[in-house]
Amino acid sequence: MRELLLCPPDYYGIEYEINPWMSRARGAETELAQSQWQGLHQTLASLDNKIELVPPQPKLPDMVFTANAGLAVGKKFIPSNFRHQERAGEAPYFARWMEERGYEILRLPENLYFEGEGDALFVGDTLFCGYKFRSDIQSHRAVAEMLGCLVISVELVDPRFYHLDTCFCPLPDGGAAWFPGAFDEYGQRAIRAHVQELIDVEEEEAKCFSCNAVVLERDIVLPEGAPNLVKTLTNRGYRCHQLPMSEFLKAGGACKCLTMFLPQRESVKF
Amino acid sequence: MLSETVELRGHIIDSLILPKVLDEILTRGANFKIAQVKIGQKRTDQSFARIEVSAESSEALDDLILRLRQHGAEVAEKGDAQLAPAPSDGIFPADFYVTTNQQTFVRIGGREFEVRAPMLDSAIMFDRQQEIARTVRFADVRKGMEIVVGHKGVRVAPRQRATSRRDIFQFLNANISAERPKGALIREIAREFEATRKAKGKILIVAGAAVVHTGAAEYLERMIEGGYVDLIISGNAFAVYDIESALFGTALGMNLEQDARADAGHENHMRAINLVRAAGGISNAVKNGTLTRGIMRACVKHKVEFLLTGSVRDDGPLPEVITDAVAAQRAMREKIEGVTLALLMGTMLHSVAAANLLPASVKTLVVDINPAAVAKLTDDQTFQALGLVTDIEPFLRELTECLSQLRGVAKTSRT
Repeated sequence: MRELLLCPPDYYGIEYEINPWMSRARGAETELAQSQWQGLHQTLASLDNKIELVPPQPKLPDMVFTANAGLAVGKKFIPSNFRHQERAGEAPYFARWMEERGYEILRLPENLYFEGEGDALFVGDTLFCGYKFRSDIQSHRAVAEMLGCLVISVELVDPRFYHLDTCFCPLPDGGAAWFPGAFDEYGQRAIRAHVQELIDVEEEEAKCFSCNAVVLERDIVLPEGAPNLVKTLTNRGYRCHQLPMSEFLKAGGACKCLTMFLPQRESVKF
Repeated sequence: MLSETVELRGHIIDSLILPKVLDEILTRGANFKIAQVKIGQKRTDQSFARIEVSAESSEALDDLILRLRQHGAEVAEKGDAQLAPAPSDGIFPADFYVTTNQQTFVRIGGREFEVRAPMLDSAIMFDRQQEIARTVRFADVRKGMEIVVGHKGVRVAPRQRATSRRDIFQFLNANISAERPKGALIREIAREFEATRKAKGKILIVAGAAVVHTGAAEYLERMIEGGYVDLIISGNAFAVYDIESALFGTALGMNLEQDARADAGHENHMRAINLVRAAGGISNAVKNGTLTRGIMRACVKHKVEFLLTGSVRDDGPLPEVITDAVAAQRAMREKIEGVTLALLMGTMLHSVAAANLLPASVKTLVVDINPAAVAKLTDDQTFQALGLVTDIEPFLRELTECLSQLRGVAKTSRT
C-alpha cells in the first residue's frame, strides 16, 4: 500500500499566468474541477492506496498540485523553493504538514530553486532531475548530497513541459514513458544511456499530459487523450485508468502534478 | 581575448553536463582549456571540472558565462577589480571598463560594491574615502581618479525576462506597431502610473514639442495636476510652444483650436520668449501673473521639477534652458537618479539622451509616431522598454482618461 498526498481543490483557479498553459482569460470551471479531482481521489483510493489530504489554503490556488511540495525519500523531506512568488506561499504549509508527520525536513539554500517531485523522479536508485524553467541545476547537486544518490540533471527546453513530470514518467520495470522533444540533445542522450525500454510518446499525446501519470506498480492513472500510449502500456501488462483532467490542464497540470508520493522511494542504495 | 575561469560540480559526467558546457563554449565561437578534472570513483561521487573560458569580447564572454551558469557553472575567480588612475582631466586610463545599464558590482579589497547610477557607456570610479563605486562620464573624470580597468572583478547582473505576467513591461519587452489596437495596453500603462504614484515612485516624462503641436498639452497638464509627473526633461521648443499656446493660443503660429495659421502667428513664439525673458524666467512669469495656463505653469504651480536643455536651433532660449551640453547632461544625470518609471515621447534627441542615463531596471515607455525612433529607443537600451508607435495626442488623451477612471474607481471603492 502506497501513501499519497493530495490537496482538495477548494481554492483552485487560474489566478495568474506562470506557464504557457495558463490564461486568466480561460478560467477553470470550479464544479468540473471538483468532480475531476474527486475522480482522481476515488481512483487512487480504489487502487489500495492510503490518501492523505493537506488542508488547502485561500489565495494559493496551485496548492492542489502537491507534487511540487517537495521530495520525500524515506523519512526525509526536501521542501521546494518555488521559482515564482505566486507559489512561494505554499512551501511553509507543506513543510509544516510533513514535519508534523515525523519527516525530517532538509532545507535547500534559499537561493536555489527546486520544485520537488515535479522536477525529481527516481528510476531505480537514480534520481532524474529537470532544470531550467523551474528548478536550478545547482539544487540538484545539493539534493544529491542530501540523499547520497546519483542525480542525472536534464535540461528542459520546451516551455509547455516545464516540469520533468510533464514529459517523463518512470515505470517500475526500469523503463519510462517520455516525450523526447521536451529535452535537449544531451538530456535525451543521458536518459537513453540510463533508462532501458523507453516508450516514446508522440507530441499530440504528450500535449494531453499523458506522461503526467501516477504509476502504482501495475496500475497507471493518467489523463485521457493518449490511446497509443495506453495501448503500448497495456501490451506491457499495465492497467491504465484514464481520467478527464481538462480543468487542471488549463493550469499545466494533471494526475501526477496532483499527487505526491509519501515517500517517492523508501531508501536509496549506493 | 578575455577569459574567465568557471567551475562545474555534481554528476556532470553521467548527466553529460561537462560535454554540453564544452560544446556550448565552442558553438559560441569561444575557446576553453580544461585546468582540472576530478572524476568521482563511485556511482554517487560527484565530479569536478575547472575550465578556463576565453572569448573575443567582454560582451561575448558575459553572454557565454550567463548561459553556462544555467548549466551550473560557477565563476571561480573572485579576484579584485583592477584600478588605474585617470591620466588627466576628461581622460580615462587605457583599457577602462565600459559600462552597460545593467546592475553592476565591482570587487575591491575582497568586498563587492554595487556600482551606483548604472548607465550606458560610462566608466566606473572608486572613491576610497567614501568606499563607493559609481559610474563616471568623460566630462566628470578628474586626474588621479581611480578607474576600473579590464574585466576582472566586475560582475554584471543582467535582468532576466520574467516568464510571469507581473506587469506589461516585463511581459512584453516589445514594440507595438501603429496597426495594433492599444486600448487594453494603455489601460495597463495607466495602472502602472497609478501604482507608481501610490508607491511614491519617481515618474519621469521626456516630452518633445509634438506634445504641444498635436494639442496634447492639456492632457499632460492634467497628469501633472493628478500627481503623475515628478520630473520633466525637454528642450527649449517644448516650453516655448507651450507658453506661446498659453499666451496666444498658437503653437509656432498655428491656431490649435481652429487648426489654421493665425494672423502674424509666426511672431507669437518670439513674443512669448521675450515676455518670459523679461520676467526673468518661467517661474517668475508664473509668479507675476504673466503665465496663467499650460504645462510649464502647471509644473511651477505643482512644484514638478523641469529640466530644459538647449540645442543649436533654439530661438531665445528661455532663461531656464541649459545651453552647455555637458552641463545639461550632468544635470540630467543628477535629476534622473531615483526614477522608477519613464515615459519618453515625441522627441528623439532628448529621449536618447535620457535613455542613455537610465538604469535597465527603470520601466521605460517610448511613444512616437516614427517607428524608427521607437525601435532605436527600445531595441538596445533596456530590457524593460515598451514601445508604442502612435500619435501623441490620442495616446495621452486615452491615458489621462484611463487615469481619471482609475481614480474614480478608487474613490468609489473607498467610500
